[in-house]
Amino acid sequence: MHVDAEAVRKSVRTYMMIGAALLVFTGITVAANLLHLPVPAAITLALIIASIKASMVAAVFMHLNHEKQWIYGSLILTVVFFIVLMSVPFFTITDTFGTHVTGPAAGHEAAAGEHAGH
Amino acid sequence: MNIPYTVETRPDTGLNNGKLGIWLFLASEVMLFGALFSTYIILRTSAPVWPHGELSIPLGAVNTVILISSSVTMVMAWASLKLNDWAKHRLYLIGTFLLSAFFLVNKYFEYSEHLTHGEGPWHSTFLAIYFTLTGLHGLHIIGGMVVMAYFIGPGAALWKRNPEQFVNRIEFTGLYWHFVDLVWIFLFPVLYLL
Repeated sequence: MHVDAEAVRKSVRTYMMIGAALLVFTGITVAANLLHLPVPAAITLALIIASIKASMVAAVFMHLNHEKQWIYGSLILTVVFFIVLMSVPFFTITDTFGTHVTGPAAGHEAAAGEHAGH
Repeated sequence: MNIPYTVETRPDTGLNNGKLGIWLFLASEVMLFGALFSTYIILRTSAPVWPHGELSIPLGAVNTVILISSSVTMVMAWASLKLNDWAKHRLYLIGTFLLSAFFLVNKYFEYSEHLTHGEGPWHSTFLAIYFTLTGLHGLHIIGGMVVMAYFIGPGAALWKRNPEQFVNRIEFTGLYWHFVDLVWIFLFPVLYLL
């Protein structure tokens, strides 16, 4: 435990610095919101800052910067499934099966049909 | 009969069972919150209009600061045990518990503000996903508080019987708590700012 204790003593300073950095990034997130950026830019910026903060928590507080292979393995698998899960909205948005064609050609055909009916 | 590999590492994984167990649990939690975030994206992209400014940014920001601070106190509670400083460990763990209670008090004020105006989850799609995400997150906070209360109270006796196992248990509690903080790091901008 002595070797461990020495390493932990050094880590304490890192924990404090990361805690302070997380608070600073929170301040930046709120400040960026006051700039009233266009929505796509605001979403991108907010998610980039959130990802940086999450990486710091995971790497330092959760000790992922020096973990065993089994944990990395299970997390890589999680990331793969997470990406699939996050792709579902994309597939939903781009899915056109079963939807009416509302292009100009379709509109023209519909109008022609109505005209013929009269 | 003792449960094997609670302290010593397994030769095949190089980990004790608790450590691998908590990470597998967290992996399942990623998928749980991932499904809800995915739902949020679908609801938001398909909505003709999405409300802005419905939530109090100062309250959300204060709660973010509270949770980040609680993550620091949690990791310090574990580090203090590694340094064999029981008194500091107690201080930090109780501090984490109190910070999580402050978070819930803030959330209570936020929820009551909406509910007294008749703005429950039934009011709009935005509030439905807001209450679902923050409600589930709040339940995780309560779960963490129950575990911390156990280690502040009756569970503390393990420190005298088997200190290494106790340190491991605090580490696993910490891993869970940091995950709860990590989820909030995404919830705050997604719900309050965007």
